[in-house]
Amino acid sequence: MGHPTSQAGVRRTLLSTATSVALVSAGIMGISQAANAEETFKVGLVTFLSGGASGPFGVPAAQAAETVIKAINAGELPAPYDSAGVNGLQLESVVIDEAGGPTKQVEEYRNLVQRQNVNAVIGYISSGDCLAVGPVAEEMKTFTIAFDCGTPRLFDEVENPTYLFRTGLDAVADNVGAAHYLNDAQSDAKRLAGIQQNYAWGQDSWLDFTLSMEQLMPDVEIVDNQTPQIFQGSYGTEISALQTKRPDIIHSSMWGGDMEAFVAQASVRGLLEQGTAILTTGESGLHRFKDQAPNGTILGGRGPFGGFMPENDLSEWFSKAYEAEHGTPPSYPASKMAQALLGLKYAADNSGAEGLPTSEQLAAALKGASFESVSGTVDMGLAGGHQALQPMLYGEYHYSADTGPELRNVRSYKGACVSPPDGQNAQEWIKAGFPGADCN
Amino acid sequence: MGLQKSEIMLVVAAAAIGLLSFVIPDWLAFTTTLAIASAMVVLGVVMLMRAGLVSFGQGLYYCIGGYAVGMGGRFLGVTDALLLIGMGVVATVALAMLLGLLLTRYREIFFAMLTLAFSMILYGVLVKSHNLGSTDGFGVGNWTLLWFDPEGGKGSKTVLWLATAVGLAVALFLNRYFGSAIGLACEAIRENEVRVEYMGMSRRQILYINYIIAAAIGSIGGSLTSLAAGHVDPTMAYWTISGEFIFIALLGGTGHVAAAFIAAMIFIMVRTYAVELFPNSWQMILGIVLLLIILFLPKGIWSLFTRKRRVAS
Amino acid sequence: MLTVWAILIDGLIYASWLFLVAAGLTVIYGVMRILNMAHGSLYALGAYAAASAIGWYYNGGGDQLWIALAMIAACAIAIGALAGLIMERGVLRLMYGRDEVLMVIVTFAMLLILEDVMKIIWGTTPYFAYQPYAAMGRFNIGVLTVSGYQLMVVGISIAVGLALWFWLERTKIGKILRSIIHDREVSEAMGVNVKRMFTITFMIGAVLGAIAGGVTAPIISVVPGVGVEVIVVAFAVVVTGGLGSITGAAVGALIVGLARAVSIHTMPELELFIVYAVMAAVLIFRPHGLFGQAVARKI
Repeated sequence: MGHPTSQAGVRRTLLSTATSVALVSAGIMGISQAANAEETFKVGLVTFLSGGASGPFGVPAAQAAETVIKAINAGELPAPYDSAGVNGLQLESVVIDEAGGPTKQVEEYRNLVQRQNVNAVIGYISSGDCLAVGPVAEEMKTFTIAFDCGTPRLFDEVENPTYLFRTGLDAVADNVGAAHYLNDAQSDAKRLAGIQQNYAWGQDSWLDFTLSMEQLMPDVEIVDNQTPQIFQGSYGTEISALQTKRPDIIHSSMWGGDMEAFVAQASVRGLLEQGTAILTTGESGLHRFKDQAPNGTILGGRGPFGGFMPENDLSEWFSKAYEAEHGTPPSYPASKMAQALLGLKYAADNSGAEGLPTSEQLAAALKGASFESVSGTVDMGLAGGHQALQPMLYGEYHYSADTGPELRNVRSYKGACVSPPDGQNAQEWIKAGFPGADCN
Repeated sequence: MGLQKSEIMLVVAAAAIGLLSFVIPDWLAFTTTLAIASAMVVLGVVMLMRAGLVSFGQGLYYCIGGYAVGMGGRFLGVTDALLLIGMGVVATVALAMLLGLLLTRYREIFFAMLTLAFSMILYGVLVKSHNLGSTDGFGVGNWTLLWFDPEGGKGSKTVLWLATAVGLAVALFLNRYFGSAIGLACEAIRENEVRVEYMGMSRRQILYINYIIAAAIGSIGGSLTSLAAGHVDPTMAYWTISGEFIFIALLGGTGHVAAAFIAAMIFIMVRTYAVELFPNSWQMILGIVLLLIILFLPKGIWSLFTRKRRVAS
Repeated sequence: MLTVWAILIDGLIYASWLFLVAAGLTVIYGVMRILNMAHGSLYALGAYAAASAIGWYYNGGGDQLWIALAMIAACAIAIGALAGLIMERGVLRLMYGRDEVLMVIVTFAMLLILEDVMKIIWGTTPYFAYQPYAAMGRFNIGVLTVSGYQLMVVGISIAVGLALWFWLERTKIGKILRSIIHDREVSEAMGVNVKRMFTITFMIGAVLGAIAGGVTAPIISVVPGVGVEVIVVAFAVVVTGGLGSITGAAVGALIVGLARAVSIHTMPELELFIVYAVMAAVLIFRPHGLFGQAVARKI
């Protein structure tokens, strides 16, 4: 339960509101912006602060941004990011709520760039928002990092991007990785069922996953797929429907509170004793499940994030700093936000600009680069150097009251194993049997 | 028939927006376009309100207009903006003619809930349509206006001019419509529909025509929004969006066509600043503003103008 | 055969939950002619209150199921009554006599405000109060399992329905309320304090909403926005059954619950709009819902 932090949460909200009031009133009163612009680098942060995605994703990401930006400005990060600021400039952030749908986000994006004069934008958890904002970012020629959204269509819609980057993986990697893990760890599975939220994310995930399973484990029979509404919360009927089909593997791409609620209910109803669940975004519940998820439940973290972060100076620093400030270890959305900010710092520091780097300089510096991050070395190797190519990890959840939660039997699949080669359609690549995949 | 005084004002206002578009920053041009587009849908809601009906599903036609533009460009290769808008209107009118047969039998909360149901059914269908990008929607391709290709197909100025011109045409039309026999009959139906029948008019027929026009205008608003935003998605048909249109309609009041445009602009600006200043509590601000309006300006902000005029005379 | 049984059981469980959510809505509409959109917020308030109380109790080392259940009831009733009182006295009282549809918008405004108030009080982290749900275990019926907690919800729902019926049909206040439903002006002329009755009704409706939320809290994870998701479904149930009718709400809940269970077990892809399709279909044949009564139009 999040009680101890809620008090602090209110205080933080008040504080950040006060800061943003100060920021905006400064903007309205027209305090010499040119002078301001020379001293700071202004970044717009867009993440869910309201609605169902705020608790599990938006707020942890915003909190991670707060921690990392503070450290960047103070120069407290481990090497190679131990210089203060980005390219010597202090980072200043404007936080915007991602709620309200794509049309509103396009409007807010324009406001950020033209009215707030931000130098870069980092944000977007929802795929719909990414798809809508991507073309606008190119049109407005503003350096933009999509830190979390998972749609594989992003760089189909924005062909030959210049300013748009994604520092994480897309949903294809999640589900190809899940199929590989099952093939390696649960090779005796016979009956497969799924439960996905009824929207694009769930439909795409299930399609990619079942196509991969047909390639890797052709003998597995697909017995059912349930599609409850997003934020439904109670899954009694879906669980009985699944039970009547007796699956031994239950795949789910549900996220956040929905995913946790499903696990709790399915566990009580005994569904998770009949079969093992594989949860592609399960990591965000790692520190919250306690004894609600049975041991052996398979969790993914959408890449080497959260509990799957490798041990390095940056991840160690980040876990400590985040836990000290926010009272819980960072989950994967927090790590992904940290990674996007490190990407921004890398791009700014290496832009070769005197003072404030332009969007072109930032984009040129990040394109195709490899930078150090909380998830290890990130190789911007996809979509013509605009998207990260990273390994995908899955592991089993184990919990005891004494030792707390841990991930066992973790397997890592290389980026080139779970993502199609650049420029290839993901579904055709899977159907063709993963040509060119490097899984060793 | 010459122009009435309020029509001259509308033309002047449209001309002013056209001229100002050269000096205002891009974001304001975009915001204004969205405001004009929403105002059109709101006008549809207002038309129904004048007949005593509240639609909780005007998003249905807003969404059809938007998807017509997106799909016309993507699947049929149509690029002309006016043609795309026209396609939306045709599709909308066809559907509205069908649904209108049923909906005109309902009043009050049942009308509201039934319109909501149809809008949510469209939402459900679109969410299930994998080819149309499900909840993510898809991007609207580049478009042209008549013979010229504005600023690489995505000009925010051009779409503002287009919205202003279309908005002016709709406003002038509705201004006359509200004063016409059928427009006045709608108000009579709100007051007492049985008496309307006594006078030899068919209330079903009047409501039917009114409903179809309201739908068509809503579709135009949706088309303009998608041309400006460059993206369509099923949220356009979700009930909270329809709720927003009612919100704006109440804000403006049913007194005059111009009220919808002013209210839409105020709504969008309040929301923009509220989101920015209080990212964690902007809904609360909207709610409080709404309550204050209902309490103190029951006829919407338009009553401010008329009150002043009354004092002056 | 297995599937048929599963559909019946699931339909009944879901219907009893729907009835709990919809009961308060239909009581308030029946007496006050207000379709209360903020009902979803009352549901969320009850859920949050119950979830934090249960969390506090179990984190403090408690493990008695009955105490936890009593706490759910106490918290939900307290917060529902308090919120109902504030909303009725603070806002709705200023608006009586306005158009029915305008009142919907007023409650919509209250919903917007309450959503953010809850965010300020409880933050955005999901709250989990699964302990009572887990503690009540499950019953096996062949392959099917039913959780004990959900069976309890069925019981609560039936109890609430019977209590409401008794209250409206067999008590003095109920008689007064029915007179208000029948003709407000006349009952006022006969000396009924309509304003006080409205306050009582709204508080009872609010408490019902909060109880629905409190009872649901252990099943779901309580996050911002849970309230908004249930309103439209509750509306659909109430409109299907006929606004303002308790029997209607019960029958509407059963129909929607069974239809949804059929769709999930046989055609899961239809689930998203089955509720609306049922509502539209019923309204087409019964324009005022199953148990709704047509009102004579004024001349």
